[in-house]
Amino acid sequence: MIENVDMSLVDWSRAQFALTALYHWLFVPLTLGLSFIIAIMESIYVRTGDEFWKKTTKFWMNIFGINFAIGVATGIILEFEFGTNWSNYSWFVGDIFGAPLAIEGIMAFFLESTFIAVMFFGWNKVSKKFHLLSTWLVAVGSNLSAIWILVANAWMQNPVGMKFNPDTARNEMVNFWEVLLSPTAVNKFLHTVSQGYVLAALVVIGISSWYLIKNRNLMFAKKSIIVAAAFGLVAAVNMIGSGDNSARDVARTQPMKFAAMEALYEGRENAPLVAVGTLSGKEQAEYRKKDFIFKIEIPSALSYMVHLSPDGFIPGIMDLIDGNEERGILSFSEKADRGAVAIETLRELKEAKGKDEPRYTELRQKFDDPDWVENYFQYFGYGYYKGMNPISIIPSVSLSFYSFHLMVGLGFLFIIFLAVVLFFSVDNKLHNKKWLLRLGIIMVPLAYIATEAGWIVAEVGRQPWVIQDMLPTVAAVSQINVSSVQITFWLFALLFTALLIAELKIMFKQIKTGPKEGGN
Amino acid sequence: MLLDISYLFLQQYWWIIISVLAGALVFLLFVQGGQTLIYTLGKSEIERTMIVNALGRKWEFTFSTLVTFGGAFFASFPLFYATSFGGAYWVWMAILFCFIVQAVSYEFRSKPNNFLGKRTYDAFLFFNGALGPFLLGVIVATLFTGSQFSVNAMNLSRWETPYYGLEALLNIQNLALGFAILFLSRTLGILFLINSLEGDDLIKRARKRLWYEAGLFLVFFLFFLIRLLFVEGYAYDRETGLVFMEANKYLKNILQMPLNTLILLIAVVLVLWGLFVSLFKNSTRGIWFAGSGTFLTVFSLFLLAGFNQTAFYPSSFDLQSSLTIENSSSSYYTLKVMAVVSLMIPFVIAYIWYTWKLISNKKISEEEINSETHVY
Repeated sequence: MIENVDMSLVDWSRAQFALTALYHWLFVPLTLGLSFIIAIMESIYVRTGDEFWKKTTKFWMNIFGINFAIGVATGIILEFEFGTNWSNYSWFVGDIFGAPLAIEGIMAFFLESTFIAVMFFGWNKVSKKFHLLSTWLVAVGSNLSAIWILVANAWMQNPVGMKFNPDTARNEMVNFWEVLLSPTAVNKFLHTVSQGYVLAALVVIGISSWYLIKNRNLMFAKKSIIVAAAFGLVAAVNMIGSGDNSARDVARTQPMKFAAMEALYEGRENAPLVAVGTLSGKEQAEYRKKDFIFKIEIPSALSYMVHLSPDGFIPGIMDLIDGNEERGILSFSEKADRGAVAIETLRELKEAKGKDEPRYTELRQKFDDPDWVENYFQYFGYGYYKGMNPISIIPSVSLSFYSFHLMVGLGFLFIIFLAVVLFFSVDNKLHNKKWLLRLGIIMVPLAYIATEAGWIVAEVGRQPWVIQDMLPTVAAVSQINVSSVQITFWLFALLFTALLIAELKIMFKQIKTGPKEGGN
Repeated sequence: MLLDISYLFLQQYWWIIISVLAGALVFLLFVQGGQTLIYTLGKSEIERTMIVNALGRKWEFTFSTLVTFGGAFFASFPLFYATSFGGAYWVWMAILFCFIVQAVSYEFRSKPNNFLGKRTYDAFLFFNGALGPFLLGVIVATLFTGSQFSVNAMNLSRWETPYYGLEALLNIQNLALGFAILFLSRTLGILFLINSLEGDDLIKRARKRLWYEAGLFLVFFLFFLIRLLFVEGYAYDRETGLVFMEANKYLKNILQMPLNTLILLIAVVLVLWGLFVSLFKNSTRGIWFAGSGTFLTVFSLFLLAGFNQTAFYPSSFDLQSSLTIENSSSSYYTLKVMAVVSLMIPFVIAYIWYTWKLISNKKISEEEINSETHVY
């Protein structure tokens, strides 16, 4: 079914989306968190009237502005890329997916852009209170936009609230609230924004630590650290909690992704959690299996995490490919057969339309029959893989495994670090702890690595699906020539790299200049 | 969901919203137009800084409107989104590239250690200002002139030329609207600067420049509009959904939609009045007349393209693949949900208006710039 698709077109289109998304995500999490940190700082200023806090707010606002501009620049392309590079996808699910993007624009982008102007240019033009309100609204606007795009992404991972309409050959929304409030969406939102807050806190602490090491701007640095560490610690607790929920949700809705994250090939009860591990570089022919060279496990922890009971069964990659009758898991080939029936039914229906009304009506009824939908249509996406090697539906295990473990490991490190920093900074003992301050600087790149790793788990782990079980990536791509995509890929790579260098150079210069002279 | 409204009503309602966003977007292109005039009008560094800062406090509105326009099109007419973006790839990519470089240029241009240098960022602003409005104009013109694509039984679309949108540049009608929008944005840019800046020489120079820009705009726009009245258009039959060519379709639309025609006439008068008071009466308020006129002109052009059984995105490759507001829209349910969301729009406009006035109540002068703490 998908033999005719030019795989290099799919790969280049994926590469372009991955490139633009990863670049965009270098700038967004800081914006999400820093907007709240500056709003908190400005609140202290308005409450106390202390000019010190105004200066502090302005410095971080300046850092925010530089970062925000490039976040916007890299963001616009993502919205339009759904159309330019994934046009089949855009039709197939646009009825559901388009709505959050439009709401994002109407609700969030205008809020952000309107009040950002007040935030930067309103100091001498509006009252203190209105300015403060504007700063808070920028924070709310940034985070609102995160809600909508994450709802859209969550829907791709766990499509709910819709029904397939064979006449239009697309999925149509039937319940907006189900889309908005699906547990996948809620957990994804909480996890993503809270990690954005943690990252922003670590950036503020990292920059402030540098001042303390250099023995300058001491008061500014210490106060910034207290605000950031307190804010970051609260967020980190939430990040761990929502991360745990997210993992459970993945196990339920995307078992293959979950198995890949843990490199679990054979399903079992009392499944252990691999705390640390290294996979062999050698790939076996069957299931592309890679063995562990080394691992440290926590007994039964994986089963406990998912089922809140140690004897819960966790399916492995092999169960998902070969099926497991005892556990009620269909094999890949069975799913592919059933999916192919659904695809064929749709094709026949299209042929019968207008020519053979009774046949059309008969076929049309199937799409309204819940049993048929559950037993056949549910596997629509697998139909594209009929007769193909099952390994084509296994995501990259090593990429999923390492990204996941790196993200989780760093997440726990951050929470400990933030607690230690808060402990010492409340007692005003941070200044002498040079090791901790150096660690604070190292945490900044680690925070970025962790957040990008999180998206790699989410997006690589769900391959080959662009919509889980329903639409494979290969069937979603725009039918354009591959050289066009190659050219735009390299143009983006060049442009975004140049802009990133510019941003970093500007940022470092502003940091060096410090809050006294710069930042306003 | 208390109201019992028809599917067609919702499709029309959403085409109206799209038209409103398009009107707002073209009005807001004054930012782009202004960006192409930084060095033409600004003769000293401080003048250029004043111009950049006047525009820089508004650029995000244009940007957000463009993004919302895209999002709203996706949500309400996804088949257009899939067909046009996925097919006219190169035109949209070029538009996106020039908006990407705009977004960083204001914030980065005067920051120390900015890697590419101030001149490069100013060149980015020029590039965005010239190419953005021109290409948007070309794309909008294809709503009337058609493109070469096909849509299959599964509603999957395919572009049928190897140039992926660039072929639109070979059509004289498309080029005319492209240049019209370009010179319109420059005209509006000048009017906005006249309204926002203080400085006698600068304003004098701007008024002088206005003659050329407004003149070129009128030439290209009238060429486009008059020609439009005499060409064949893409009509469809509501019962069968079949698309067919109809002589003088757009002229007929003008005659058959008198309210829309009235809006268009008022719009033209407003634009001309805005130009007149700026050229002959030394008024600084021309932007409000010409701006609202622009908004209404684009709004009524969009209705002309999509209402009265007209295919708004015609295919000259396969007539029956042409997109209409009825065959390319989202489902009834989605349009209804989105209609509820759209009730927020007046509220959004209200707070934009309120803060715009707060920020712009003082004209930008040399002193204002020197007292400002955040300068582009």
